[in-house]
Amino acid sequence: MKRTVPIVIAAATGFVLIVSSFIPLTEEWGSAAMQWFNILAAIAFVLGGSNLLRMNLQKISDRRLGWGYAAVTLVAFLVTLFVGLFKVGVQPTESFPTYAWAAPYNQEGSFLWWLFEYMYKPLQATMFSLLAFFIASAAFRAFRAKNPEAIALLATAFIVLMGRTYVGGLMREFLPERLEWLSFDAMTNYIMSVFNLAGMRAITIGIALGVASTSLKVLLGVDRSYLGAGDD
Amino acid sequence: MRRETLIWTTLMVLGGLALLGRAATVGNGRVYIRAVTVAEVEGVQVVQYQGVPPSQRSEADVSLSWPRTIGIWISALCTLGIMSFVLGDNPLYKLMESIFVGVSAAYLMVAAFWDEIVQNLFRSLIPGLMRDSFLPGLEAGLQTDYSYLAPLLMSGMMLWRLAPKGAWIARWPLAFFIGATAGFRLVSYLEADFTQQINNTIMPLIVYAADESFDIWGSIRNVLIVSGVLLGLVYFFFSVPHRGVVGGLARGGVWLLMITFGASFGYTVMGRIALLADRLQFLFDDWLWLIDPTMQRIGM
Amino acid sequence: MYEFFKTLDRRWIFLLMLIAVGLPILRGWQFPERPSPMVQSVFDAIESLPEGSQVWMAYDYDPGSQGELHPMALAFTRHCALKKLKMYYMTLWPQGPPMIQKNVDVLRNEFPDLQYGVDYVNLGYRPGYEGPIKLAVTDLRKTIAADVDGKSLNDLPMTKGLKNIQNVDLIINVSAGYPGTKEWVLYAATPYNISSVAGCTGVQAPYLYPYVPQQLNGLLGAIKGAAEYEFLLLEAYPQLRENPEAQEALRRMGPQLLAHLVLIALIVIGNVIYFVGRRRGDV
Repeated sequence: MKRTVPIVIAAATGFVLIVSSFIPLTEEWGSAAMQWFNILAAIAFVLGGSNLLRMNLQKISDRRLGWGYAAVTLVAFLVTLFVGLFKVGVQPTESFPTYAWAAPYNQEGSFLWWLFEYMYKPLQATMFSLLAFFIASAAFRAFRAKNPEAIALLATAFIVLMGRTYVGGLMREFLPERLEWLSFDAMTNYIMSVFNLAGMRAITIGIALGVASTSLKVLLGVDRSYLGAGDD
Repeated sequence: MRRETLIWTTLMVLGGLALLGRAATVGNGRVYIRAVTVAEVEGVQVVQYQGVPPSQRSEADVSLSWPRTIGIWISALCTLGIMSFVLGDNPLYKLMESIFVGVSAAYLMVAAFWDEIVQNLFRSLIPGLMRDSFLPGLEAGLQTDYSYLAPLLMSGMMLWRLAPKGAWIARWPLAFFIGATAGFRLVSYLEADFTQQINNTIMPLIVYAADESFDIWGSIRNVLIVSGVLLGLVYFFFSVPHRGVVGGLARGGVWLLMITFGASFGYTVMGRIALLADRLQFLFDDWLWLIDPTMQRIGM
Repeated sequence: MYEFFKTLDRRWIFLLMLIAVGLPILRGWQFPERPSPMVQSVFDAIESLPEGSQVWMAYDYDPGSQGELHPMALAFTRHCALKKLKMYYMTLWPQGPPMIQKNVDVLRNEFPDLQYGVDYVNLGYRPGYEGPIKLAVTDLRKTIAADVDGKSLNDLPMTKGLKNIQNVDLIINVSAGYPGTKEWVLYAATPYNISSVAGCTGVQAPYLYPYVPQQLNGLLGAIKGAAEYEFLLLEAYPQLRENPEAQEALRRMGPQLLAHLVLIALIVIGNVIYFVGRRRGDV
């Protein structure tokens, strides 16, 4: 029961969704499955947050290395959760002025909005922006023209980097009209809509076949990896 | 004290002093708000606060917002804290990282709770209570939809994963999730990414322009796309050894993919630089008031 | 010189990159743009819509990619507002609602004639990755019953008669990854033949070219795409020239230029060191 029932559930759900794409009468079944799917997706966030809470509590109680940072994570988590779930600082809206709880949880001026705007946003945006530094360092140390294929990659990168700036179009000023295709911006457009398009299309078709075969394996019960290895 | 530590400490102290001096004289990083009355119910005003450009600070209903001003300075600290990672892993970065993980996980939970669990699950199961509390806009007379007991039950089973025993119970909703994903992806990927992509590639190899003249560039373009897709597919076809003619074609596929990855690299660089520019603009504009590209402080 | 570059501390490279990006921002360098055919097709897809057409604004991004995507998202909003199109905002990203709110603020401040619920509506965030798209194309109310303020869709003039999004005139998607443009193409644009355009991050752009033009009318690739789009918008609607906020992406092309040149120089120097080292037997 521990392993057979999940396989039956996965197969039944998957086939209902496939059938609903072909038979209009069963469209409602597909819609119901998707509504449940969305709710479970939301529950996954709750599960993820709860897991984080458990792991950090464990780390603090064991006094493991870096437990102080775990405590910071825990405080940040609990404060955000509290102000978000209890809508701290949220004002009633014009639509429902007598219902304090009806206003959006992330309303401008609320505590959650403040945490998002002044902590979450700069932290996440800066974390992603750090890659600009590391990509520069990696380009200096690892981007080598070791063989003809690497030269092709480098040359394309050079043209695209030039073509996606103001300098890329400057060459047009000096080239005769029939040779304008030699400017970096024109070459970039050509590379993107011909070579890149062809390469990416081959990759897309390959991935589509991969997704289809993996899905079939799951639905037919051949791939059971999602059940885990243990019995419990 | 090591020489390097001494230099950094001196630089930071000097930078901090310069910042304080600038904040005292210029007042950078300040945020101003306007109180807007959005409704008035039984004599009680519902007021909301909207940010306004600092140039409007002398207007009657505009005031300095301390929470938002402190927020700008904390934002700057967060930005610099994360950026400090370029100098190596350090306690300030780790602190910021820990805060980010905590805030992020809780924010996702809050969003999921209000936007799906309340909006769809509770609305369908207890519409009356939701109408009287969180969702006053619900239509009157909405009946309980008992089919939602199924996702409620599955949600409980999923959360059972946190319990010390009986982890297998969470496999049932997980199987539903995996099965549903497999079901809708199977059809959609075959339709949009397989058949439609083949369809997109079926194009004339000899192209004529609107005036019925031979379009050499259009023809070359189409030939390159069709042959490029075929070469790429040959490279990904590993059931046949890449030797002889197949090997030659696969080699062409490798060249095509190298050009593709070169283009991807160029675009990735472009993206990352844009993200850094955004953060620096925040520091120079919103925090330090060194620049004013959107004329927020004109006349100040 | 060879020894200097070979043993160069990477923090010098970081500093160089910081200057390359920071200096043009401080100096306010800005350049004219030459719109590419791809960007032109995105612009034309919106420009050709008659007044009152319905556009589904699917803004699937977060602060992590706002540096790339926010300018184009705002440009789309301004274009649609100038064309007096009916805008329906929604997001599949939990961090998306504050991003949409900035667009709603632009409509409120720059286009006070437009009325909420009549000309634009904010439907907020829906969890479920591609799940909400599958429901929105068949029965919208099964995923979204109310707007962000809790008003029922049946009480808003714009959404009262909207059963699903199959009949919207255009989907405009701004995407930072999954779920995003690919999912809108897979589950809405392709099966229901809905016209759509997209703006996406630099990482995603090359992967989306195979969909253009059959499944996606056009694509704005990262900040350069946004800058070209803003340029076209300024050409078509000169009144925007007085609004510096409508030229955000154009301003960003200064740092892009210098940083791209620095990166190319770094690659060239790195390779020179490599070949010199190989000749000397160091590699």
